[in-house]
Amino acid sequence: MLLTVENLHVSYGNIKALHGISFSVDEGEIVCIIGANGAGKSTTLRAISRLVPAAPGSKMTFDGKNLLDYPPEKVVTELGIAHVPEGRRLFENLTVMENLKLAAFARKDPAGVARDMERVFSIFPRLKERINQKAGTLSGGEQQMLAVGRAMLSAHRVMLLDEPSMGLAPLLMMDVFDALREINKEGTTILLVEQNARMALKFAQRGYVLETGNIVLEGKSEDLLNNPEVKKAYLGG
Amino acid sequence: MEFFLQNLVNALQWGSFYSLIAIGYSMVYGVLLLFNFAHGDIFMVGAYIGFFVSTALLAVFGTGAFGLPTGVSLAVVLVLTLIISMLLNSIVGMLVERIGYRPLRDAPRASAAITGLMIGIILETGNLILLGPQRRLFPELIPTQTIELAGVSITNKKMLIVGVSLLLTLALHQYVRRSKWGMAMRAMAYDYVVVPLMGIPTNAVALLTFGLGSALAAAAGILYGTAYPVLDPNMGILFGWKAFVAAILGGRGSILGAGLAGFLLGFIEIFVATIFPSTMRNLIAFGIILVILTFRPHGFFGEPHSARLRL
Repeated sequence: MLLTVENLHVSYGNIKALHGISFSVDEGEIVCIIGANGAGKSTTLRAISRLVPAAPGSKMTFDGKNLLDYPPEKVVTELGIAHVPEGRRLFENLTVMENLKLAAFARKDPAGVARDMERVFSIFPRLKERINQKAGTLSGGEQQMLAVGRAMLSAHRVMLLDEPSMGLAPLLMMDVFDALREINKEGTTILLVEQNARMALKFAQRGYVLETGNIVLEGKSEDLLNNPEVKKAYLGG
Repeated sequence: MEFFLQNLVNALQWGSFYSLIAIGYSMVYGVLLLFNFAHGDIFMVGAYIGFFVSTALLAVFGTGAFGLPTGVSLAVVLVLTLIISMLLNSIVGMLVERIGYRPLRDAPRASAAITGLMIGIILETGNLILLGPQRRLFPELIPTQTIELAGVSITNKKMLIVGVSLLLTLALHQYVRRSKWGMAMRAMAYDYVVVPLMGIPTNAVALLTFGLGSALAAAAGILYGTAYPVLDPNMGILFGWKAFVAAILGGRGSILGAGLAGFLLGFIEIFVATIFPSTMRNLIAFGIILVILTFRPHGFFGEPHSARLRL
């Protein structure tokens, strides 16, 4: 397994967000975590990126290394885990190009950065037309493209995606997920959290169901899609 | 008219000090959402570092160093003093960040504000303990020459002070706009939380921000020393508060805004003193600023604060 999470606990003050969840992601896989608002999906990704502290007793290993030894920026630069945060969180005061350049801030392979930049523009040609525009002036779909583009430039091994479908019209959503599939084919492992369970399960090979900080179900996507409980709770009956 | 121009020249010089100090205030506030209330005292430390560096350089080289004529050799000493002191004071600023503020990065803002005030007191009393209560006289590095222009007397010192402060302001503005680290600073000012997701070490950006602000404060201290050569440990307090006001007036994180507001504050103070008794200077100056802030609460170039900065 590339990423193994065991008994992950996270609290915000007195409020427990995750009650010791365990899951794993293999190299090259697309895995999704589905769940309702407030189930702890974003917290899970933030814990992997080390943006929120994991409580003692939690274990996270990545490629045989103890993930908890790495500060947030080194999770990106040394382990190669990129993170597209919830709500995209672009630097709206900077241009599209500046956003992309910042994502490659710590990289020391200019040739590789140039190649990745080309790759971003070939997958999202609309971004190329807007390179000198402030990120805040982009449409919702373009902003999501830029958020994914930023992740493509910052690291290659894993991409964590927090609700990439949020606020997007169905057609645009398809575009974004097609692009993600392409990125996965080129070798990037994807861990996705989504409220849009149907979309996520169709996209991923395996899935976990998160409910108020606990993983209650896991399995192959097609099994989860046919699971009566999942159907009832997440797929509208 | 001559009266006005003469005061304008004086105001430009006075505003230069506020500008350079306000920029450091504003940058730290912009990038880290932190008011570094020790910044006025970092200006004081910068002035003292400038005093020791220039005194040492004069002692080593004398007034006729490098086989150059006295005037030129003094200018060389001044330039070296500026460079060395700015570097040393940036280390002071970075230490303040590392020791004082970094442990409080996730603490309530009030804790950081109290810490800043405390660091200021430590710098003031530390100075008093180490150097004693007697005031220091900044060495004369530029013999004053006065130029009469259209009835207005302009000294070479004033031109130097205004010139250096404008130059440093514009250089820093360009650096923050164009360089990779400047881009990281602007990104951090917008959204602190996701910056590490770009692989950017936020602690290094914080250190750089403090370092740059403190370097400018040292320049302000040295320029102040050339115009008003008496240094004392409490010289930074009032300057710090006024620069803080200028930083607010300029708008969060805006270098040009802080620079401009510093000059504006200089103008208001000088011109108020020409009309009203000078004891009313601060009262009227701050009154005018209050009125401006009533209509522009985010300052000249500030933007309403983004609520999305936290997780």
